[in-house]
Amino acid sequence: MPNLQWLLKSLLGLCLLTSLAHSAMAQTDTESDKPTSTATTEFETLVHELPKGSLSKRGQTIKALAMVNDERVPSVIEALQQGNLYADRGNPPTVAISSGKDAFIDALSGEAVAADTAEKLKRIPINNRMRSQLRTLLAAININHAQPDIRLNAVKQLISDGVDDDSVELLKTRQSTEPDAKVRDAITIAIALFNVESEDPSARLDAIALFSGSLEPEVRTKLTELATSDDNKQVRTKAQQALNAIEDRIAVYRFGENVFFGLSLGSVLLLSAIGLAITFGVMGVINMAHGELMMIGAYTTWVVQQIFPNQITYSLLIAVPAAFVVAGLVGIAIERGVIRFLYGRPLETLLATFGISLILQQAARSIFSPLNRAVSLPDWMSGSMEINPVLSITYNRFYILIFGLVVFFVLMMILKKTSLGLKVRAVSQNRSMARAVGVRANWVDALTFGLGSGIAGIAGVALSQLTNVGPNLGQAYIIDSFMVVVFGGVGNLWGTLVGAMGLGIINKFLEPYAGAVLAKVLVLVLLILFIQKKPKGLFPQKGRAAAD
Amino acid sequence: MLTQRLLLSDRGGMIVLGLIALTAVIVPILNLAVPHDSIFHVSTYTVTLLGKFLCYALLALSVDLIWGYAGILSLGHGAFFALGGYAMGMYLMRQIGDRGQYGNPELPDFMVFLNWDALPWYWQGFDMFWFAMLMVLVVPGLLALVFGWLAFRSRVTGVYFAIITQALTYALMLAFFRNEMGFGGNNGLTDFKDILGFSITASGTRVSLFVMSALMLILAYLACRYIVTSRMGRIIVSIRDAESRTRFCGYKVESYKLWLFVFSSVLAGIAGALYVPQVGIINPGEFSPLNSIELVVWVATGGRGTLFGAIVGAFAVNYGKTIFTSWSPEAWLFVLGSLFVLVTLVLPKGLVGLVARFKRTNKTPPNDTPDNTPKTPTLKPAEETH
Repeated sequence: MPNLQWLLKSLLGLCLLTSLAHSAMAQTDTESDKPTSTATTEFETLVHELPKGSLSKRGQTIKALAMVNDERVPSVIEALQQGNLYADRGNPPTVAISSGKDAFIDALSGEAVAADTAEKLKRIPINNRMRSQLRTLLAAININHAQPDIRLNAVKQLISDGVDDDSVELLKTRQSTEPDAKVRDAITIAIALFNVESEDPSARLDAIALFSGSLEPEVRTKLTELATSDDNKQVRTKAQQALNAIEDRIAVYRFGENVFFGLSLGSVLLLSAIGLAITFGVMGVINMAHGELMMIGAYTTWVVQQIFPNQITYSLLIAVPAAFVVAGLVGIAIERGVIRFLYGRPLETLLATFGISLILQQAARSIFSPLNRAVSLPDWMSGSMEINPVLSITYNRFYILIFGLVVFFVLMMILKKTSLGLKVRAVSQNRSMARAVGVRANWVDALTFGLGSGIAGIAGVALSQLTNVGPNLGQAYIIDSFMVVVFGGVGNLWGTLVGAMGLGIINKFLEPYAGAVLAKVLVLVLLILFIQKKPKGLFPQKGRAAAD
Repeated sequence: MLTQRLLLSDRGGMIVLGLIALTAVIVPILNLAVPHDSIFHVSTYTVTLLGKFLCYALLALSVDLIWGYAGILSLGHGAFFALGGYAMGMYLMRQIGDRGQYGNPELPDFMVFLNWDALPWYWQGFDMFWFAMLMVLVVPGLLALVFGWLAFRSRVTGVYFAIITQALTYALMLAFFRNEMGFGGNNGLTDFKDILGFSITASGTRVSLFVMSALMLILAYLACRYIVTSRMGRIIVSIRDAESRTRFCGYKVESYKLWLFVFSSVLAGIAGALYVPQVGIINPGEFSPLNSIELVVWVATGGRGTLFGAIVGAFAVNYGKTIFTSWSPEAWLFVLGSLFVLVTLVLPKGLVGLVARFKRTNKTPPNDTPDNTPKTPTLKPAEETH
């Protein structure tokens, strides 16, 4: 086991190293405490200087202030830049930062300012030139910040404000020492954006070469400007080339984004359609109340969250089985109460279940009020992952996509590998033969319907994470899910998967050209035309099961 | 011969048509000639309400013709109704002229609001009554022709047909909600002023529209009756009961279905055109799938497969709706939902079937076995004519 030994050794070494580093850092901390104590006085005098004297003197004070190493500097400069810094006429003056309406915080001590002092406070005036100076100074402070995120934001701030002579020096010094690759790239772009303004055409050309592949909107506007109105022909063509390259990259990311949104829509369609694929595809029952079973699932999520308002993650985990059980039981009740009398009469089943859907909708309206209810998202599902300025992926859609696929494969396994699945398939293929070998067909019918309904409930949980929960929640999806089942081929789960994802992606790709509503209309029309060519869907059932 | 075939052999139909004809005569008299303070006076509101019901009955008739006789369940018949209504609405919009809010003599208000400077091409000609009436027939008919041709040709039947018709009306609803479509978007077409020069709110106009609706319903009933008692009608019924067998006998099933579907959608369009001037508005809500499926329930409640059953159902359900929604709007959806379930579970032949069953139990000992697919007893006497 030499490998294991080596691993243990290296782990031990790592522990040693980290503890060493800790003590070293502790040392530097105690060392660096001393200079700040002298700097504090410098900081205080400079802050006290701020309200006094002419505007030009204030500019110099600000510059000196920015050089001071004190953690309070950024907040003071930011407040001054946004016109939130106030002072009175005392000696030394009280300098305070406004923190909302009539509330002030002392710039030095960080404590709230008493009301009688606050009344005498006046805004420290600054002019436009100082405002931009301050912005650069703030960026300069942040550009050397310990956290890469703040550094990156500072560089982006500089890019969007426009890089000038002072800040470009700052960026150049930082560029050589910057450890983070992302920040370094941003700095390169920022410097190039400055250089591109140069008089010398060759410098402009060099700068344009650095732009390749950058997705910042400022770069694009600059390049567009250069490509149309630069007086040097070579610069114009180069700029156009760079612009084209960037547009191509953007097109790729837009494509990726469309695919993601399409898959996300597809996963919602998949969740709502696989329950239907069981009741409609396997049992041949048209269940128009399917959407309302989804609504029941969504309301279950909401109710569970009302019971555990502080445990959002756990309540979501509880909601999934709870919604399955609640919707499944309602489904079994529908099957036992109504549908079992209507087997073999699909049109009547359709009407009866539509009636049930109306009753369920109105029941939800009476119990939970017609208003929409908002279900809160757990932290790990909210927000989005920004891959670059053009492409970002929202977490809730991402997880629902995964969830949809998991549910799909679990269902597949249930139908293929369990004894219930075997019985379901047996009854759907040949009812009387199944009964002859001892399968309780009625019981299997009820369970199958319950399974399909339960999955609708789970789909409702997923939907509640995307939209508000209301009585009409299910209605919006019912026609689409029928389309998916018909498109994919009745009685075929793989067809449902391909159909859902396909329809989702087609929808999202049509949207930019046709708008959301028209895209939907077009998809419906396309589907109607598609059924012309393949009346049994993408993956028709073959053999005896198909002939009925 | 023809009277025998159309009326005398159809007692239920005769009673229903008689009642409609009677109301069409009495109600106008009670509204116009009887003084306002008399208890026999029928208010204009009631006249309009009855007129609305007549339009619904015509719509139900059109659905019963294809569902009850050919077994084609369309969950999108509301679309044809709404298209007919829009065609009429466009005529009425053009009649407003410069009396609109913005006073534009050419453009309807919503177009001025959207900063359009000219009428779109599809609005041309709607200022002429005859053209609008032609469009009331042509637009729903054409849509049904194209859609039906596509659907029947590839043998889309049963539930599949029901679902794609629902998708059709849903798609149209989404499209008509868009302002860019040029049909008034969300608000639809409203604020009508007059029709053929008569004020649309005047009692006289309302009564005339009511009488027109009654006449149209009677005519449509006779036409439908003519179809179902003809040779073609019997082929259509055989398609309903055994489609493949009929095809193997050499009949062009698709053509029969298509013809009937187009005729039915034109009837629905006429119903819509009569409906719009009476209620004074048409908006995309008429395309909603719920409306279309609700009207299927009218037919189911009345009794599918008997033409007068559809009329009875339309009146019964809508009367119930008027009463319930004024009593408690919340309860109506519960009632409607239960109606769907009850009618399919216990009343497969509807109210008409219930009456028929009563009669039979009173006359002779019950000897009918319950069957699943409702057949049409009214068809039997028709055999004598051939």
